[in-house]
Amino acid sequence: MIRTSGPRRGAPRTGVDWFLTFLRVAALTVIAIGLLAFIWQEIDTDNPFARWANPDATGLTGAQFRGLIISGVAQGCMYGLIALGYSMVYGVLGFINFAHGEVFMVGAMTGMITSNKLADAGLWESNFIGSLVFIVIVSMIVCTLVAVIMERVAYRPLRGSPRLIPLITSIGVSFFIQNASIVLLGPAAKAYPDVPDWVKDKHTFLQIEGSRILVVVVAAVSMGVLWYLVEHTKGGKAMRAVAEDAEIAALMGINVNRTIVKVFAVGGAMAGLAGILWGILFRSVIHTTGFLPGIKAFSAAVVGGIGHLGGAMAGGLSIGVAESVGPLLILEPLGVSGVSQLRDAVAFAVLIGVLLLRPAGIFGERLPAEDRT
Amino acid sequence: MTATLPPGTGAAGPAETLLAPSRPVLAQDWRRLVRMGAVGAIAQIFIALSNMPVRLDERLVVKPILSLGYLTLLIVPFAAGHRVGHQIKREGMPVYTAGAHEVAGGAACGALAGGGLSLLAVLLANFDLREPLVNWSPMLAELLAFGNATWFAVVIWLLIGAAIGGAGGALRVLGPRSRRAVVTMALAVGGAAVLEPLVVDLAEGMRLEALTDRLYARRGGINWTSALGLAAASGILAVLGRGRVRQAREHIATLEGAKRARTNGLLILLTAAALVILPLFAGKLTNELLANVGLFVLLALGLNVVVGLAGILDLGYVAFFAVGSYSAAVLTAATSPRINPEMPWLVALIVVVVITGLVGLFIGAPVIRMRGDYLAIVTLGFGEIIRLIFLSDWLSGWFGGSQGITKIPGAGIFGLTSVAGTDPRRVFYLVLAFCAIAIYVSWRLERSRLGRAWMAVREDETVAEAMGINTVNVKLLAFVVGAVLGSFSGAIFSAKVGSVFPNSFLILVSIVILVVVIFGGMGSIVGVIAGSAVLIGVLGGPKQPGLLAEFSEFKLLIYGALLIWMMLARPEGLIPSVRRSRELHQQEMAQDAWLRGQVEDDDGNGGGRAAPAT
Repeated sequence: MIRTSGPRRGAPRTGVDWFLTFLRVAALTVIAIGLLAFIWQEIDTDNPFARWANPDATGLTGAQFRGLIISGVAQGCMYGLIALGYSMVYGVLGFINFAHGEVFMVGAMTGMITSNKLADAGLWESNFIGSLVFIVIVSMIVCTLVAVIMERVAYRPLRGSPRLIPLITSIGVSFFIQNASIVLLGPAAKAYPDVPDWVKDKHTFLQIEGSRILVVVVAAVSMGVLWYLVEHTKGGKAMRAVAEDAEIAALMGINVNRTIVKVFAVGGAMAGLAGILWGILFRSVIHTTGFLPGIKAFSAAVVGGIGHLGGAMAGGLSIGVAESVGPLLILEPLGVSGVSQLRDAVAFAVLIGVLLLRPAGIFGERLPAEDRT
Repeated sequence: MTATLPPGTGAAGPAETLLAPSRPVLAQDWRRLVRMGAVGAIAQIFIALSNMPVRLDERLVVKPILSLGYLTLLIVPFAAGHRVGHQIKREGMPVYTAGAHEVAGGAACGALAGGGLSLLAVLLANFDLREPLVNWSPMLAELLAFGNATWFAVVIWLLIGAAIGGAGGALRVLGPRSRRAVVTMALAVGGAAVLEPLVVDLAEGMRLEALTDRLYARRGGINWTSALGLAAASGILAVLGRGRVRQAREHIATLEGAKRARTNGLLILLTAAALVILPLFAGKLTNELLANVGLFVLLALGLNVVVGLAGILDLGYVAFFAVGSYSAAVLTAATSPRINPEMPWLVALIVVVVITGLVGLFIGAPVIRMRGDYLAIVTLGFGEIIRLIFLSDWLSGWFGGSQGITKIPGAGIFGLTSVAGTDPRRVFYLVLAFCAIAIYVSWRLERSRLGRAWMAVREDETVAEAMGINTVNVKLLAFVVGAVLGSFSGAIFSAKVGSVFPNSFLILVSIVILVVVIFGGMGSIVGVIAGSAVLIGVLGGPKQPGLLAEFSEFKLLIYGALLIWMMLARPEGLIPSVRRSRELHQQEMAQDAWLRGQVEDDDGNGGGRAAPAT
């Protein structure tokens, strides 16, 4: 088994290890207490345990709970699509492409610009599905280009340098793209045009907003296509070979450079798609849009086990659900007020918790040979 | 790279190069030229659409010829024209003498880059893309055409691009002495223009207004007559100097033992004296600037211990700054919501150091075993969590939530004086004192057992562990030392500004400090100080204006580009630490050594390689 944290076998336990054990136990205890309080509250609204820390705790109705889960799943699908880019690049090159979240932001921006142009031309209302397909294609093309240019300009010259060097460069790329968006498009938040009623309103049969269904369906389909591409085509085989061992792959006649470009292109296209999904869900985009979803998607990639396609999707779903349900489920019964403000803190806490408890993720990591340290 | 090697890359020495005659004018590497020109054109369009030229048009560099706005449009053709004439020097391959070939190539490349603006001018006249692109304005069109018709803009930018690109290429033709003179002239005029607010402020303090009145025009910018004079004077000095400054520097670098220590001591003493005396003559503006630079020196020195010495990429360094600021605010301010002991500042500082040290331990312990890149993201998460916690309603009873804590008293020193933001001079002296402490601490640490352990961990953790270093404890200590140094800065910051808000502690503060450390040189104290002085002093910090206050909208963009460029071109930084640059260039140097060995072998000197015979 690959261990990325924890003492090596045979090493003496130091104070740090005791502290880590304490943290693990404490984290699990907090989660357990919060969950117990929540469950008790659901059974009996007026009980001393539920009222112990938070006298105002109200609990959730079944419909609220379901609503939270569904919105978590929809966002989780989006995180999963972004996480694919992190996961694939990490699997092949062994570094975190910090700027991937900005590619997602570029996708959302492109979608905003294109859909507003379409709305001006009247096509957005008259043919919503067609326009949606069109903006998805445009956004995927733009994001693919951005990702490929990024690889060519910033990462390719650094191949083979110490691991932290490309990471620092990618932070610079991220900073640059964010601020380029400010100076070119302005610092204000920008809105998507209005969507048809069937997307906005709850579906009569399932009681779910149409946008959420749309997001889940699109994510599932694209996931399937990607899975087919990676597992059943020659290009996908090359990607997996390069991820396994780039040098041997090169000896087998695989063009490593071209394969890496393909990996960036696929990751960029998925981020572009996710950007459109963001636009449909939240209908507003700003230059910082990419930052938090980017970090959360990276967490998702780690949770699922980096380098693992299905893992990225599963990780995305768990992060999405955790951040939407977690605060109300665990923090509110513990007496923390204003829990919805702590959503993002919860997402980060999930990342830290996973790295503490199970750093290799749910499905285990698939890393290049030299990175398995 | 030119033939000059960066200091510390070993005793390679310039290899003998075969000089070949200049190439014919038309024998260009056209593909490279067109590619570079196209990249330049895209860069030009980007700069123009970023609104930089329009916004910076107000600030004159040389009156009335050149504004900073136009200058931003001239840099790209110049760089492209200079770069296109670059020859890769290979061992054993001839190097062509630079001549008309380089000038023509530079001009062609520059014209292509300038052509980007011609294209933009045409597009501006015929299309309206104002909807997504906020700077698609008639003002930009007017600026590009110098107030004339569109065709004028098309022609003039092709011509300007060619001229500037040609000049860039011509720089390669010049001999070393005249090149030095040209560079010195450009630096002198540019420096005088950039430093204008500082120089004017100092001159007022020293009652030398007569001098600055002559140098600068009334509404900013250097008079073109004085620019000429300045250029002539600096050029003559450079020619007469014949590189004596560089010689002196290299001489100092080769000194050893007691002599070296004496020279260093003298230099430090002189710098310290200048820094103590200078503020007495300076006005509010200069002192404010110096204080800001000092705060960032303090932060950057702290991060330098973590990133530069121990090699831990901490992206959440702002967390310690935030904790330092908030705890100082809570301990000293009477207005803090829950507890307000109203301690004297110095007493509070001790408590702040303890608190931040503990926070450093608390954040450090769980992350210290992680892989370097996971650690970076997780510390980023911690930095953001700390801000979100200060911002949340949950603890607003303690920290005031989004309202923050206001009316923080100044820093009282033994009841003698109180240092508050209203008197930037005192703030600067306070910052200077803490900088001195931080510099001394980092300097001693670097040469201590602990410092060597940090560097060993940075270079190879497994080997360090095998050598008996307790890597976990050593790395944790780096975290704690970094945290404590950051908390000094935080405590001074809250006393200086008089209020703390969660939004002063965004992640971008961490990134800016990281850029400062990397730009200056990771692991190099002098480098870090120089990095803060140049970046924070000229461009400004996340919220603090620098000398080029007009750049405030664009500085983060520039920081991002700078970070990428530094990592690609010079990862060891502006003033590198010798050991660090050796680590970064290990591979190249090993290749060089191998190559030299090969060359010597070919020459028949069989024993040239260092490998011991067995």
